[in-house]
Amino acid sequence: MKRVFPILAVFTGGLLSYALYEALRGAPTEQTMGEVQRIFYYHVPSAWTAFILFFFNFFASVTYLIWRTNKADIVALVTAEVGVIFCTVVLVTGPIWARPVWGIWWTWDLRLTLTLVLWLIYVSYLVLRRFSSSGQTPLLAAVLAVFGALDVPLVYFSIWFFRTQHPQPVVGGGGSIDPRMLHVLLINWLAFSCFAALVCWSRYRLEVLRRAVDETLALEALLEPPARTSRSGSAG
Amino acid sequence: MNAIASLTRATLTKDLRLEWRSKDAINSMLFFSLLVVVIFSFSFDPTAEESRQIAGGLVWVAFLFAAVVALNQTWAREMRNQVLDSYRVSPAPPNALFLAKVLGNFIFVTVLQALMTPLFIVFYNLRALGPAYQLPIVAALGTWALVVNGTFFAAMSLRTRSREIMLPLLLFPISIPALLAMVEATGAILTGDFSARFWIVLLAAYDVVFTIASLFLFGFVLQAE
Amino acid sequence: MVAGVGSFAPRAGETPAPARAVLSSVAMLPAVIVTDLVKQFGRFAALRGVSAEFAPGRLYAILGDNGAGKTTLLRALAGLIPPTRGKISILGTTNLRSVCGQLGYMAHPSLLYDEMSGMENLRYFARLYGVSNRGQNENDQRCADVIRAVKLDPSLTRPVGQYSQGMRQRMSLARALLNDPKILLLDEPFSNVDMRSAREMVSLLTGLRDSGKTIFVVTHQASLLEGAADEFVHMEAGQIVSRTAGLRPAEAR
Repeated sequence: MKRVFPILAVFTGGLLSYALYEALRGAPTEQTMGEVQRIFYYHVPSAWTAFILFFFNFFASVTYLIWRTNKADIVALVTAEVGVIFCTVVLVTGPIWARPVWGIWWTWDLRLTLTLVLWLIYVSYLVLRRFSSSGQTPLLAAVLAVFGALDVPLVYFSIWFFRTQHPQPVVGGGGSIDPRMLHVLLINWLAFSCFAALVCWSRYRLEVLRRAVDETLALEALLEPPARTSRSGSAG
Repeated sequence: MNAIASLTRATLTKDLRLEWRSKDAINSMLFFSLLVVVIFSFSFDPTAEESRQIAGGLVWVAFLFAAVVALNQTWAREMRNQVLDSYRVSPAPPNALFLAKVLGNFIFVTVLQALMTPLFIVFYNLRALGPAYQLPIVAALGTWALVVNGTFFAAMSLRTRSREIMLPLLLFPISIPALLAMVEATGAILTGDFSARFWIVLLAAYDVVFTIASLFLFGFVLQAE
Repeated sequence: MVAGVGSFAPRAGETPAPARAVLSSVAMLPAVIVTDLVKQFGRFAALRGVSAEFAPGRLYAILGDNGAGKTTLLRALAGLIPPTRGKISILGTTNLRSVCGQLGYMAHPSLLYDEMSGMENLRYFARLYGVSNRGQNENDQRCADVIRAVKLDPSLTRPVGQYSQGMRQRMSLARALLNDPKILLLDEPFSNVDMRSAREMVSLLTGLRDSGKTIFVVTHQASLLEGAADEFVHMEAGQIVSRTAGLRPAEAR
């Protein structure tokens, strides 16, 4: 397993470089939007990657609720963190793209709005993790993640219908896509997914180590003879 | 099932009686709601035509603020004197407690809405051009959506630092589809331009999904340390 | 209610209790067994591996300084705190949730609603404990009985918030007794309580113990329980350091 990581890292590095080249040079220039359109190759794959990560977060959370394993909790934490980062990329690239092309910073585009809501939900998830007392964090976080996941289809339908009532510009252009562009899009998506997997893996290992350190320190505190001076502990 | 219903009723009655005796929250909440309406009216002073279009949003944002203040004190009485511990130690089904709290909050927020709505109508010269009978339906479904999740997240935030800010922080993102539905439905009914039917169905779906989820998961939250 | 008092097998390092009349010589299963109980809050170890067996029908006084782990142990027994490691077995099962109806818990906060009278409080809590399934009148009767048992007046309409500390603790004890629990867990029941109330509570507790209940009392005031407790359990820094038998007057009530 140890050797897979560097191999994957090198592969991802290569893939990202290739994808970057394709996006900036290889792909054909879009007719109406010009060079700015190339941001599409970052905007869309980031969104897809984020959604996949949140999907994993949901599964990890449900696993935690049923089996209460530490690993499931760490996977949930890691996928949420990396997912939020990719969401942020989507939310930043969206306006950057929209402004020169459509003249507006923001629009209630389906993908963009869905990403915004997911970003909000998972940031609140991360805040909950930070603010709750450590014993209960995994349980509360898992519960919140389930709520968030249940919310997603409702968010989707509500935005979809909203847009039929209040037509808005679509960021990213609807309709068919040139096969060469599709090819570049998919390459970028693959590259982003590998990158996400890499980052998640690193973060996972980091968290495992961090918890191991905490446990060791706790065990040490357990085994050492207690100080004879009065404690400030509130327990009993 | 019967045990849950009877315990829910007993808890709800107890809460209403306690609230009636102390009138702690209700008086300050009523005044707060009044303030919210007045401030909104100063801030947004549209023409009659415009106001019908934005009233949905205004009214529900105002209700949301009032609801959050109400929700924050859901468990206040149980936290005093650690009464919550006697629930956790007892064999009572946690869902009975949850349902009673949700119903109590529902009644509470509805009372606040009953106060705020006439004021909004007055300040904004509101009149429904669409089917007005749908308005109470939207109000009920929307309030339930806010209150069921709000009560649940209020219980979750008991175990966190910065309790008061955790509740809206958790509640708002998850409530976005419901808020959108409430606002759009109210706007549709007032302007009469669209049918609110889709939004009402969405609200009902939202309520069903999250009521079931809350009932399912509340036990975990209550038993958490 | 658990009837009969069993004789106990002397444990290592413990002096046998002075002779007293035993009603039956049948050894009973321990009411509570704690095995290697560890509880850590982050790095603070409140319980560092507590192992003990507690026989039924006894009054155990748990003593120790602040931070010794007394309250943590009691709350763990009540099922309020999940242990970090170790096992707790109560009345023969490790599934604490299934026996919670047989437990009575009381702590320093009163666990009562300040704005309601004693009777109203108890009527409500009786429903929580499923006591009231028999109907309104029997429910009220039970509540009144229990209030009278703690030497308070059931017809008092004053809200509990206005009681003196002694009265409030007694009412809280009444609440803990509603479901006629086999095991009572009391955390500092006598703190800030006037002498008379405290003595009345102690005599009530010995009466309950004599009728077969197992009682755990966490307290700083060991003197109050002298002559009443069967055993004093001393805790220090998250462990039980010693258990000494209490001296009781001969069973001549």
